[in-house]
Amino acid sequence: MSGQLILFGLLAAIAVVCGLCMILNDNPVRSALYLVALLFTVAMLYVTLNAAFIAAVQVIVYAGAIMVLFIFVIMLLNLGTPEEIVDHLKPQKLLGPIAGLLLIGLLASVVAAVPTGQGGQPLSNGTIGPFEIGLALYSPKNYWLFPFEIVSILLLVAAIGAVMLAKKRI
Amino acid sequence: MPPAVPLNASIPAVPLNYYLILSAILFTIGVVGVLIKRNPITIFMCIELMLNAVNITLVAFSRYQSTLTPAGAYANPRFIDGQMMVLFVFAVAAAEVAVGLGILVSIFRNKVSINVDEIDLMKG
Repeated sequence: MSGQLILFGLLAAIAVVCGLCMILNDNPVRSALYLVALLFTVAMLYVTLNAAFIAAVQVIVYAGAIMVLFIFVIMLLNLGTPEEIVDHLKPQKLLGPIAGLLLIGLLASVVAAVPTGQGGQPLSNGTIGPFEIGLALYSPKNYWLFPFEIVSILLLVAAIGAVMLAKKRI
Repeated sequence: MPPAVPLNASIPAVPLNYYLILSAILFTIGVVGVLIKRNPITIFMCIELMLNAVNITLVAFSRYQSTLTPAGAYANPRFIDGQMMVLFVFAVAAAEVAVGLGILVSIFRNKVSINVDEIDLMKG
């Protein structure tokens, strides 16, 4: 039982509990805060996987920007107070978890097929920081430069689309 | 030809399968949340949870990539590719949230209901 395993178990337990609390809570604000805690836990998991830059971006973009947007919309639309929602699809509440159990059985059977013969130990010990990411992203020798440009167009289109949707009349 | 044994084989670490199992559990929680929740904001958050579950898989595979390929293949410098894919998932998630929440705001402006079952404007 190594320290890394204990750390992973702790983080995984926090993540799963936060996820369950998120979907079992009726209050959207509380769900959002549980999701923030889960995102921080996932960022720590990235640190254990030597992905320092991804962990930082996870905290800044997900926990920082995207969740602020969620909270902002919840407050703007006054969704914070759980109302009596008329459930038109009663059986779905029952069938959803059953479908989830089936799905996790399927995924577990796939995970069980992952070869572990090589020991399943990570190879490189180098942390991948902004330097390595930048080298892979901007170097013309790599194939990530073109997707990077495409993503910039995607973000531009999304920004224009959000502005269009926010107008009084579409 | 590089040696066929991992460089830090003596360092004990978490097996790759554990990360995959955690990712599967989180993804399933997201799917169940989408199925049982009636609030569109919460459904969006469950989608974000699913994206994060997949990101865990990508980062874990990028870390363990060399041990999944036949011996010698870990000299491949592409072990960073999983993390690059995660960066692009971040960008797509940000765009998705911006547009999705814009659509929600404009729906709520025209129709006061927070139940996804009652938002059936596109039904023929």
